[in-house]
Amino acid sequence: MEKESAKEIIKTEGLTFDYIRHDEEGNEEGAIRAVDNVSLEVKQGDFIAILGHNGSGKSTLAKHINALLVPTSGTVWVDGRRTSEESNVWDIRQTAGMVFQNPDNQIIGQVVEEDVGFGPENMGVPTQEIWARVEESLKAVGMYEYRKYSPNKLSGGQKQRVSIAGVLAMHPKCIVLDEPTAMLDPSGRREVIRAARALNDVENVTVILITHYMEEVIHADKVFVMDEGQVVMEGTPREVFSRVEELKSLRLDVPQVTLLAYELKKKGLPLPDGILTTQELKSELLKITEKQNGN
Amino acid sequence: MAIKLEHVNYIYGADTELSVAALKDVCISIEDGQFIGLIGHTGSGKSTLVQHLNGLLKATDGAIYYNGKNIYDKDYNMKELRSKVGLVFQYPEHQLFEIDVFTDVCFGPKNLGLSREEAESRAREALELVGIGEEYYGQSPFDLSGGQKRRVAIAGVLAMKPEMLVLDEPTAGLDPKGRDEILGEISALREKTGMTIVLVSHSMEDVANYVNRIIVMNKGSVMYDDEPKKVFRHVKELEAVGLAAPSVTYIMHTLKEAGLAVETDATTLTEARDAILVACGCGKEK
Repeated sequence: MEKESAKEIIKTEGLTFDYIRHDEEGNEEGAIRAVDNVSLEVKQGDFIAILGHNGSGKSTLAKHINALLVPTSGTVWVDGRRTSEESNVWDIRQTAGMVFQNPDNQIIGQVVEEDVGFGPENMGVPTQEIWARVEESLKAVGMYEYRKYSPNKLSGGQKQRVSIAGVLAMHPKCIVLDEPTAMLDPSGRREVIRAARALNDVENVTVILITHYMEEVIHADKVFVMDEGQVVMEGTPREVFSRVEELKSLRLDVPQVTLLAYELKKKGLPLPDGILTTQELKSELLKITEKQNGN
Repeated sequence: MAIKLEHVNYIYGADTELSVAALKDVCISIEDGQFIGLIGHTGSGKSTLVQHLNGLLKATDGAIYYNGKNIYDKDYNMKELRSKVGLVFQYPEHQLFEIDVFTDVCFGPKNLGLSREEAESRAREALELVGIGEEYYGQSPFDLSGGQKRRVAIAGVLAMKPEMLVLDEPTAGLDPKGRDEILGEISALREKTGMTIVLVSHSMEDVANYVNRIIVMNKGSVMYDDEPKKVFRHVKELEAVGLAAPSVTYIMHTLKEAGLAVETDATTLTEARDAILVACGCGKEK
């Protein structure tokens, strides 16, 4: 049992979390259930995406992964450690790092390399090693040449990559990205997603990406869809994005190319469900036109 | 003509060693009733430009005319300009502060010196325009969902009855449905009231779907100012400045290269769909 759970970096069992509301005197007024009985497992090295509308519980769930929140009931294990045990919190936060939406709220250093070094320094890593980690982290997100810059001089996408490097320098096994691209322009979004995929492919860091951009999800190993605090769909991107109407009813969407293929199919073109890339659509459409030319 | 910028320059920290030119020789004229998309990468000058439109920033040099009057004239009524050009900042819900939704929306018109009745009737009207029903009037704005909060914040600006509404990334952080709802409401609002809308956005799809004119900013200058289709023909140039074309435009490029008989100028999903149907021989011929 112990050994089996070692392969999972994250495991939740019956995870439930209530936000308690207080009145002006500080008495409990009521509770809002944000996460409702979620049981899931994430394997080390996976790229996981979590989708869900505003208020569906994604961010609350994410905050359990590095023990910013602990369950009202149920259990969360990060790399085999229970998040509800106070003594584990320090280790858990080194195992699972978080990057949030607004780049300007996360950068504290005056110079890029100092900002990235803050995490390992805080952990008590020896100076020599801090510099080595800063270098390797900045290289991993493609920001090494900006190491001497002031963060103010960077674009949004660059700042987010510095934030990711800051987490990376703590050598986490897992990184949670909570809508890291929501405030970025198209090239910033591309940069950040590319960096996240590289971490996963090259460094084998487990990535958990929360996003409202469906296009960012198509390369994930697995997608969880949340609604009213529960996981209501899970599967590969192709499985999940084949369910267009269901996703729409959950206030979500599918990638543009998937939607285009879906609309074409509705108009009578013989296309399969769950087309995820332009290349797939292209080869399917070419099959159709070749057949016509053959006739 | 509603607003006209003539050779507007703006320099942050003009008298210091750290001066940065944020706007360079910007000439734009915006007619009444237009729906404009303002795009550009982070730091291209969009927000600086937008803050000139209602006089929050004053041009280092150049002139701005609102309905023919120079807003930098000594006797120009800046307060009136600010009520005519409504600015909705990024994450406007962070600016909600009153005890309930209705009082929050009343704040703007009351501040304009209107009577209580007038302020309340405007608040009602504004909340209706953004689809917030009476059942929410007494609620604390902080108990609403993200999309609802943002609507209330927009209603707060609408209650000032602006002639022109400038929205800085009104959909950032919203789920896809929320995105569509807010943009749909803004679009309906324009049809209903004839208000001029300037939409600052990082989503090329949103811009392609809703606006009829796009202004592209790059390094403080206007790079393109044209209808969406023409702007999105410059795919390479847009990418070079950190932007992109809508996803479907890329799809059409790939399909055409593969030999499918389609044009590459589709910018919306419906256009792309119809073009492909024709190419596959099962659509209506034009």
